[in-house]
Amino acid sequence: MNKKPLVSLGLALTAVLAMSGCGSAASTNSSSTEKVTIKYSNFISNGGNEKNLDTIVQAFEKANPNITVQVTTLPYKDYATALQTDLAAGTQADTFDIEYANLRSYVANGAVAPLDGVDGSKYKQSLLQSYQSDGKQYALPSSFSDVVLYYNKALFDAAKVAYPTASWTWADETAAAKKITDSGAGVYGDFQNVSFYEFYKALAQTGGKFLNDDGKSVAFNSPQGIKAAEWLAGKSGTTMPTPAQGAGTPDFDTKLFKDGKLGMLHSGIWVASSFADSPKSWDIAVEPGDTQKASAEFSNAIGVSANSKNKAAAQKWAEYMTNSDVMAQTRIGAGWELPATSDDSVLKPYLAKDKPANRKAIFDALDNVALPPVIGDNQQKMVDIITNALGEVEAKRSTAADALKGAADQINALLK
Amino acid sequence: MTALQDSRSGNPGPTATMKRYRGPGIQRKATGPRLKYGLTVAAFLIPSALPLLFFTIIPMFSAFWISLNQWNLVGPMKWVGLGNYGKLIGDPGTQGAFLHTVYYIVGYLPLVYIGGLAIALALNSRIKGRSMMRGLYFLPVVTSWIVVALVWRWLLNPSTGIVNWLLGLIGVTGPGWWTDPAWSMPSIIVASAWKDLGFVMVILLAGLQAIPEDLYEAATVDGAGRWRRLFSITLPMLSPSTFFVIVLSLINGFQVFDQVYAMTGGGPNNSSQVVVQQIYDLTFRYGRAGEASALSWLLFLFILVITLIQVRGQKKWVHYA
Repeated sequence: MNKKPLVSLGLALTAVLAMSGCGSAASTNSSSTEKVTIKYSNFISNGGNEKNLDTIVQAFEKANPNITVQVTTLPYKDYATALQTDLAAGTQADTFDIEYANLRSYVANGAVAPLDGVDGSKYKQSLLQSYQSDGKQYALPSSFSDVVLYYNKALFDAAKVAYPTASWTWADETAAAKKITDSGAGVYGDFQNVSFYEFYKALAQTGGKFLNDDGKSVAFNSPQGIKAAEWLAGKSGTTMPTPAQGAGTPDFDTKLFKDGKLGMLHSGIWVASSFADSPKSWDIAVEPGDTQKASAEFSNAIGVSANSKNKAAAQKWAEYMTNSDVMAQTRIGAGWELPATSDDSVLKPYLAKDKPANRKAIFDALDNVALPPVIGDNQQKMVDIITNALGEVEAKRSTAADALKGAADQINALLK
Repeated sequence: MTALQDSRSGNPGPTATMKRYRGPGIQRKATGPRLKYGLTVAAFLIPSALPLLFFTIIPMFSAFWISLNQWNLVGPMKWVGLGNYGKLIGDPGTQGAFLHTVYYIVGYLPLVYIGGLAIALALNSRIKGRSMMRGLYFLPVVTSWIVVALVWRWLLNPSTGIVNWLLGLIGVTGPGWWTDPAWSMPSIIVASAWKDLGFVMVILLAGLQAIPEDLYEAATVDGAGRWRRLFSITLPMLSPSTFFVIVLSLINGFQVFDQVYAMTGGGPNNSSQVVVQQIYDLTFRYGRAGEASALSWLLFLFILVITLIQVRGQKKWVHYA
């Protein structure tokens, strides 16, 4: 009964921090013969790619017999919380995964060490640059991915609808989704999360902007914003299951697709490897746009902790995990997220594989990328405000105009 | 709970007991036995005092220190004095969290007390299989909140849950439960009361069994009926147990978190956001550890004041035999 929840935990950690004399001075003392162990905390291998990560670790340890890599894998949903707690207590791993949206805050707070002497020519330049700040490299991109439209061919055939193409618009998607939806049989036409991550992209697809150019106020409270919010929220309960029916719970959408009960699914390429032969016949296409195309691109990177005692060894591992051939081959062989390599020939075998047949769509989508708005320390608060507002529109408790107005006021207050 | 029991009037508390055991030392010089006695007491206290010091008292005061700073857990702290407290008091989100917490307690406390009392009264009579029944009612108390919360989320599912299905059978359209801001808190209250029924039952049952049988016999001879006996004997005699249940439920009620986190996460649209969930979100989602620490202290002071009022007020209605 008398549980003192996570509060006490947080405070206990604080005490630990206070006693350990915050941020012990880092010393780079890994001479080539000394045996060192470095820790790597990640989420990118969680949910099916743990073995593939292990393959890369083993190859690295073989090439560097004096370095042992100790891996900790966490689910994506818990990763940020765990990392933040570790950073507060000074117990973070030597190397850890970083998302593009969080880098700014980590650099500003001195959590990651600048990396010198990295061979930048091995990386896709646009990705490498997105992890730079003031001319310094703060993390190395390990992979990139984007979001595409998955579709179940059998359901399209049954509803006598042509398959999605790269020239599809929202109107085409809605028409097809309506024809496929058969709520009596539990079959739905469409699935797209009603959340921040879909909203900023839908906003770009209909020609709107999230932030004003100076970054000091929001711009989504516009006719385009309302259209984007209505496009996402309006699917729920018509061509898409509602939250009460399970939407939004983990793995709900992918399971529905695997069970052959979902016509179209907006999701990242990281789920592709889990589909294989269920449903039987499926493919992908670039996501439909409204007035223009826009796809979400995500990238992950690995940073070295500013308080690591073995920075040289840690950077060696970070480089290996982001630019080695073994890493690239393993990722492509497994259909994991794509390596951020500058060498397009490495990616060729990926295109040659089947299932999904239209792998070209993954690269075509990158021609029109919408990046998430980044505002620094209040990033998560902003994400929650938008997702909450969309939830109100989805449940029809608020109009899109009112909900976005409220969200705009709250986020503008954060930007001051 | 010892502190609470000590304060009751006329009871020889531990202080009195200690005096009696202060050894043979009538003269002041007899430090030997006193020292020995002190060390003995210390030896017994240390195993529980050390964890209390390291995991409660030190963190509490370091939280106070943090509460005077702006801190995102990662970067350096920035001194803001009492700024965090001022910010919180004026913040609609924090006010909402306190209001929702009070809403929770107002709904939960009567439900769990009356329910627990009814079961305790039923299981205090000589019915068949009552030991087994007592065990069954206690089972939810020792079950993990995560499990209970998921089960209730499923029972109260607006479209596929069994509760709305049963309501449909009698022609009632069930509410949206945890998907509807107006019903998210009632959903949490129902699940919480169900889980804690067994705990309240056990405390009250112990109280019931301590009531001497001859009181009832005398009252029956005087012609008191069932209800008369309940209101004039059982409830007054049960008041110390009731007091204990209410103090404990209030303290726990203000710290409600697990069920909220697992059932609604504070949603939809913050309609079930409670104080501890707010502390959690501020620290681990929004990186505002300073404000979260200040809120922890506000919650502590709030609970302290309410408990002191209760301890003072008990003289008016709690009867110790």
